[in-house]
Amino acid sequence: MSWLLVFPIAIPFATAVLAYLWRNGAEGKWISLAGSIGSLIASGLLMSAVLREGVIAGQMSNWDAPFGITLVADYLSAVMVVITAITGLATAIYAMGEIEARLERLGYHALFQVLIAGVTGAFLTGDLFNLYVWFEVMLIASFGLLVLGGSKAQLDAGIKYVALNLISTLVFLSGIGLLYGLTGTLNMADLRGAVAAVENQGLVTVIAMMFMVGFGVKAAVFPLFFWLPASYHTPSFAVSAVFAGLLTKVGVYALMRMFTLVFVGDVGFTHEILIWVSVLTMVTGVLGAAAQTDFRKILSFHIISQIGYMTLGLALFTPLALMGGVFYLVHHIIVKANLFLVAGVAQKLTGDTDLNRIGGLYKSSPWLAALFIVPAFSLAGFPPLSGFWAKYLIVMASIELQAWVITFFALLVGLLTIFSMTKIWGMAFWKPHPDGIEPVPERIPAAVRIPMMIPIVGLAAMTVGIGLFPEPFVQFAEVSAAQLLSPTDYVDTVLGVRGMAP
Amino acid sequence: MNSIIFSAGARILVALLLVFSVFMLLRGHNLPGGGFIGGLIAAVGFIVYMLACGTTQAKAALRVSPEALAMVGLLIALASGFVSILFGDPFFTGQWWWVGGDSYATAVVRPNTVLVFDVGVYLVVLGSIVSLACAFEEEV
Repeated sequence: MSWLLVFPIAIPFATAVLAYLWRNGAEGKWISLAGSIGSLIASGLLMSAVLREGVIAGQMSNWDAPFGITLVADYLSAVMVVITAITGLATAIYAMGEIEARLERLGYHALFQVLIAGVTGAFLTGDLFNLYVWFEVMLIASFGLLVLGGSKAQLDAGIKYVALNLISTLVFLSGIGLLYGLTGTLNMADLRGAVAAVENQGLVTVIAMMFMVGFGVKAAVFPLFFWLPASYHTPSFAVSAVFAGLLTKVGVYALMRMFTLVFVGDVGFTHEILIWVSVLTMVTGVLGAAAQTDFRKILSFHIISQIGYMTLGLALFTPLALMGGVFYLVHHIIVKANLFLVAGVAQKLTGDTDLNRIGGLYKSSPWLAALFIVPAFSLAGFPPLSGFWAKYLIVMASIELQAWVITFFALLVGLLTIFSMTKIWGMAFWKPHPDGIEPVPERIPAAVRIPMMIPIVGLAAMTVGIGLFPEPFVQFAEVSAAQLLSPTDYVDTVLGVRGMAP
Repeated sequence: MNSIIFSAGARILVALLLVFSVFMLLRGHNLPGGGFIGGLIAAVGFIVYMLACGTTQAKAALRVSPEALAMVGLLIALASGFVSILFGDPFFTGQWWWVGGDSYATAVVRPNTVLVFDVGVYLVVLGSIVSLACAFEEEV
């Protein structure tokens, strides 16, 4: 059983090695594609096992928890692993069209697969220090991807990105050290009991705040988000899509995990802070986007504002809110990655990403326009798309708590999101191209265009699918939220109290 | 660096460092040492050689590209983790065998997957540190 937990991490690693060894020929991209399909199958098997058995845990190297490294998958971890594999496959297909041979020779596919392995590892690990290691794996790989190609703008973005992320990791690592000093364990399930037993709960709250800052930088919440819009618009589009879809969500996931499993001793203090951080994140993100005129910068600021909704789901800390948070997480990864992929096609067609210098897409490429509408309006929360249900759950949760201010801001930010999306629509799609270029699809050679369009169509179909048939997804999120709020199964499975099928 | 003393001394030093790195790798299971520190010492050996004779010669002495070495190392380390699937143990569980002698304690050789993993780590560290050093050396 524990092998199911290993394959989603091991396959991308093995793929990375093979893709690197064959980086000079055309084999690299096919190896990457095959590896991504393999990861998707492995994560699908993991998901089906989790649906069947509940929480699954595996003790690596056969050292029992809390001493060894535990991999553990509950509903939340499993769905994150599946969605990572889906995003990975989508961007791997997209990269077959977009990424030039020059970047492939520098090891693009290897770095990409290592990034996927790092993200998957972070979702599956049940050990805090191991989580730190996965963060480092992600950081190294993402830094490599960010500066690959070595243009001036990329290096500038890379320095900001890596400096701020290193600070976050440092705070996180100090928090781990203090927590270990206080409790003598780093296994997350074991920590739940150990932290509750600490006499001086004030110290625990201090450490909790360190974790909030560390993960907050990763998740790009207010006021720690400034590295994100400074860097996400520089790398190739496949890279920024996978960054936008997955990287910040690892921070959100880590927050969700730690602040439901371990740091629940002083919810009135920690989660209250998180509520206002979330609201400010939502508002500043969406206002920042309103001031931008670059396609990818607008989308980058929108990542921040949407992160606010997810952390709000955690901060409100009711079953309905957490359910909304989980649903939001999944919906947003699909939608956001797709929007960046569309931006890539738009850039190839019109020659730029600055909205003032492009246009005419609706007239010349109506299909692309239709495919943009789906994720864009899903992001803004239009029914019947997936974003509607995500926002609906969060808003319902805040109404249920009679937190009217939060409800007001959640709705207002949705409205302002529509403003930004219609701005992109009006400037990139509706108005004629300022240079009189007609961005017809044939401007991109078919060998590049087809792999770039497949993932866009696929992800848009998923957005519509979740929107039209939300029932199973909502139910899934409900069970997931219940598991997060009362993690007895999680703790018992990891510590070996609850027996598992061999 | 053009000092004759340094380049003559470097040859002996490199040989010593490489032998020492293997020694560290092998004693690593129960005593201080192991793949990581062994790989670092071997990398130091190649860096000394690089400083004395230049990157081209050092790369020729390594015979394969350091990046490929690191990648193969990663593959070896990963593969050693998968051996335990054959014996029904979780990922990365160490598998031990013994050859010669009557029992494990008196065996002549004790092949095991833990050492294979350490060799993988050794290659990863050696490859990545040497490729980093090459990149710095070549740019200056």
